[in-house]
Amino acid sequence: MRYVCLVYFDPHKVFGKSGDPEKLRRDSDAYNVELKASGHLVAAEALQLPDQAMTVQVRDGKMSATDGPFMETKEVLGGFIVIEGRDLNEAVRIAAGIPLAKLGSVEVRPVIDFSKPPPKL
Amino acid sequence: MSSADARDALEAAYRAEARRVLATLIRLLGGFDAAEEALHEAFAAAAEQWPRDGVPANPYSWLVSAGRFKTLDRRRRQARLAGALAELAALADTELEPAMPEHIQDDELRLIFTCCHPALTPDARIALTLREVGGLTTEEIARAYLAPAPTIAQRIVRAKAKIRDAAIPYEVPARAELPARIESTLQVVYLIFNEGYAATQGPSLTRDNLCAEAIRLGRLVVELLDEPEALGLLALMLLHEARRAARVDSAGDLILLENQDRSLWDRGRIAEAQGLIERVMLSRRVSPYILQAAIAAVHAEAPSAGETDWAQIVALYDGLLRVDPSPVVALNRAAALGMRDGPKAGLAAIEAVLGEGGLDNYHLAHAARADMQRRLGLAEAARASYQRALELTRQPAERRFLQARLAQLAAVDR
Repeated sequence: MRYVCLVYFDPHKVFGKSGDPEKLRRDSDAYNVELKASGHLVAAEALQLPDQAMTVQVRDGKMSATDGPFMETKEVLGGFIVIEGRDLNEAVRIAAGIPLAKLGSVEVRPVIDFSKPPPKL
Repeated sequence: MSSADARDALEAAYRAEARRVLATLIRLLGGFDAAEEALHEAFAAAAEQWPRDGVPANPYSWLVSAGRFKTLDRRRRQARLAGALAELAALADTELEPAMPEHIQDDELRLIFTCCHPALTPDARIALTLREVGGLTTEEIARAYLAPAPTIAQRIVRAKAKIRDAAIPYEVPARAELPARIESTLQVVYLIFNEGYAATQGPSLTRDNLCAEAIRLGRLVVELLDEPEALGLLALMLLHEARRAARVDSAGDLILLENQDRSLWDRGRIAEAQGLIERVMLSRRVSPYILQAAIAAVHAEAPSAGETDWAQIVALYDGLLRVDPSPVVALNRAAALGMRDGPKAGLAAIEAVLGEGGLDNYHLAHAARADMQRRLGLAEAARASYQRALELTRQPAERRFLQARLAQLAAVDR
């Protein structure tokens, strides 16, 4: 099964005075290399901070684009890793090895299997 | 060798060996997570090398040593990165220990006992056993138990943390501890079997898997420990399983034992169970599972429902009440008494059990009372009892059965 690990963290903890972004980058690279070697890795990207982002909406045929998402929460989506895993517990174990899990949090989301019926809400 | 052949060989090896390789790796590497990663890496290495070099003569040994080697390799890299070589010395030591084939079954048994440790909650024991010993995925377990996958995943994560933090040893318990630990293990196996057998809702394929897995686990315990309780449980599961084809009709409705087509019963499984029961009876060590199995065997031996030896069944229930008294056993005994001595005696016995309390919300107690009342021609009382049973169950097949009985009563009235 395929899972997406969404990595959230507080930018101040990474890029602030007490942070060590260089070390985090090295550790993250090393982990991605490991996941690639073991065959778990599908894709991984680190994202620029939300102040570099645009949010786009189309309503009644009209497009609006605003800068950033400005969320109340301190933690922002900072990157994602797409993995292949045997089951949810394996995905969780892999997510726990992501270096940023020690600083922020990782949301593990199974990718939809379209051969199954859609969820009932 | 063609790549398709190698792929087939790899898939066959996964089905046959993955569970045993994992069990051994847990012992060698000292933890679930390291072993799971090693198992994954071992199969990744096999996918690369087998098509090129051919399938090894002993896939199990090949996979265990590949998993070990990969783990050692990875830890060396990590240690170099972290500059911590001290940890490595400990792992290099375990590297010296050979993975002898005679350890294989012991490893699986160790793993069952660890997964069924009494320090874990019953729910956690079941989820962990199905995943680690049974090789089911978290999502498959969730489907079988109609639970969200994250609920099961969390149960497994917590159970593993508990095993690590409480330093639950990875071993077959010492003789003094063994009876209690076997009981806890067999209970997990039986709960897995019942989950697969009792419910008719949910995807049937996954549920059949649960029964097959429970029987496999039961066989494993019996092969390794010749304990009467384990033999009894295996016999009991085989006897239930033997009736599988006859217990539901094409519409998915339950067929009562007395109405089942006995030619559909699996004689091979029944004979195997009878052999197990005889073995235990010779040892004269009666236990709840073996008595339940013996009761099921009396049913299985009757050529027709009318020829059932009810006297023997009542006697076996008497024995069961002595070693494992419970209101449900008392109820079953009362129902059997009704078959031996007629509905009047049966109704009195059932009323007495209900009078003790404890079964007021158990739908089968009211259904059993209704059945005796119906046979005595007490239509009004029977109707009330069936109605009460209906209020107490949500199981669709059972509801349809009770509604059919109520409809029959209404038809007789008219």
